[in-house]
Amino acid sequence: MMVTKSKAGLWSKIGARATFGMVALDLGKDFDDLMIVAADTSTSAGLERFKKTYPEKIIDCGIAEQNMMGIATGLASEGNNVITTTFAPFQTMRCCEQIKVNLGYMNQNVTMVGLASGVVQGMLGYTHSCIEDLSIMRSIPGITVLSPADCTETAKAINAALEHNGPVYIRLTGGSSNPSVYKDDYDYKIGKAINLKKGDDVALIATGTMVYVCLEVANELEEQGISTAVIDMHTIKPIDSEMVKAICDYAKLVVTVEEHSVVGGLGSAVSEVKTAISNAPPHLILGLPDQYGKSNDYVKLLDEAGLSVSSIVDSVLEKYSI
Amino acid sequence: MVNPKHDDKKKYQKETVSEYTKIEEFSFGMRKYILNMALNAGASSSHLGGGLSMVDITATLFGSVMNYDCEKPLWPQRDHFILSKGHGVLGYYSALCKAGFLTEEEIMGFGQSGSELLGHPIINPSKGIDFSTGSLGMGLSLGIGVALSGQRKKLGYRVFVLMGDGETNEGSVWEAVMAAAKFKLNNLVAIIDRNRFQQTGLNADVMCIGDIASKMNSFGWEVRELDGHNIQDLHNALSAKNNSNKPLAIIANTIKGKGFSFTENNNAWHHGVLTKSNYEQAMGELLENRKMT
Repeated sequence: MMVTKSKAGLWSKIGARATFGMVALDLGKDFDDLMIVAADTSTSAGLERFKKTYPEKIIDCGIAEQNMMGIATGLASEGNNVITTTFAPFQTMRCCEQIKVNLGYMNQNVTMVGLASGVVQGMLGYTHSCIEDLSIMRSIPGITVLSPADCTETAKAINAALEHNGPVYIRLTGGSSNPSVYKDDYDYKIGKAINLKKGDDVALIATGTMVYVCLEVANELEEQGISTAVIDMHTIKPIDSEMVKAICDYAKLVVTVEEHSVVGGLGSAVSEVKTAISNAPPHLILGLPDQYGKSNDYVKLLDEAGLSVSSIVDSVLEKYSI
Repeated sequence: MVNPKHDDKKKYQKETVSEYTKIEEFSFGMRKYILNMALNAGASSSHLGGGLSMVDITATLFGSVMNYDCEKPLWPQRDHFILSKGHGVLGYYSALCKAGFLTEEEIMGFGQSGSELLGHPIINPSKGIDFSTGSLGMGLSLGIGVALSGQRKKLGYRVFVLMGDGETNEGSVWEAVMAAAKFKLNNLVAIIDRNRFQQTGLNADVMCIGDIASKMNSFGWEVRELDGHNIQDLHNALSAKNNSNKPLAIIANTIKGKGFSFTENNNAWHHGVLTKSNYEQAMGELLENRKMT
């Protein structure tokens, strides 16, 4: 699959979900054995054109996620390269045991795409938001967990997942217009974090939508004389422990930032590596609170959780000055 | 099985009779293996009741109906078997051994530390085990995926999924039942081992299943109800060509613990320890019954 400047520009305007649908259309050409299994979500996943172009490569199993995962596994076991997709809470939690047994335990080649994760669907309430998926998916042995920073990285992640041997969960975050971190093609490898900006004082390790936010945070911190690194931790499992160790060698403060619960996600994965490092720098975990409060619109929820640029700057300054 | 031409009728009848005998031999051998495996398992105990209720079903499938080649376990055109009621391993490993996928030495390791053959099957395609199962309600969905792939790739194989009747308590079973009919999977066969018991008692007491044949029928399946210990009925139903565009459900009325006086319809043997004296009594009954037939 080719990534070009014009594709990256277009993708950022349509958001991660629609990008997935467009990328799938390309991948239908590249992967003969591709099969997509949806749960009455082909429209939500931007798969209308895929459906028309490759009717033999898509199966809609209705609103039945457990069955979707079983069907996907049966197809994968027969050598098909399978993608499943639905909204993130249903993709991860409604069928969690099927994911454990069929994909983790049996190591079948299925890529799960969790749509609209995080709190972008805040106005629909917490039934449709998903602040737990990184935590749950990464606790299942054998599942690779990806959390792309933008639409270009979504395309790269889907392609990499199909080339990867074993089950993968891809968490899509952000709204229908998604600011670009990557405006052109670049090297993407599962498990290899990307150092987007160098800095010596503070290291911001971010994932998903928070990568772009952290680039802006870094600019503000630099203006205040704090040299700030930004790392795109696009793979939550296996976490890039070499990168975390390298950061601990130079940074005075490590900050993880995620549009996910502060329990069990990026912050936890990084701290699991840090805890084995003697004299590691302090670590500030920023994310969504461990509670189902009053849901609200997307921007408001991120603000309330302290995940706006200005709030993150304040949190970092407070911790850094101690 | 094909419909015989008139001229071939006698030959056909002779062949089917010898096929029934072959299955009965297969089934007898499986029960012997099961007693030995259960004895070897000792205190770690085993699911004897549900393992024994399914023996004649797996004997018919592996002993006659299914196309497979244990020398080429991944042969793309092979028929597939999925043990959705994963605790029924005694009726599965014993069939795989009779079929040539597993050795006697391997199955006699059942229940021993370090064995690959645990109380629920673990994926091992070279040994004829395509999926890990044991958590109930998942196998039919797997079967749908395999059947869909076979249809789309025009491989011509059939997929047999064996479920427990208690297993149908799981809602996911009905997601799959609904989907299989929608996808017109006439290469898929769901066999329900209707022994009327589940772990803690009768289906009727724990969770009433009701008229499962009507339920499957109303979901759009072809349904046959038969005696799950009648080899001729099993053979005829499982080997008949499915000319409809519907998946086939076989409701096999069975006896939990079938084959031994002290285990039949005795739910204490859902999961139990076979003692040496139990073993000797059972082996005696097995040999005696064989003489009588």
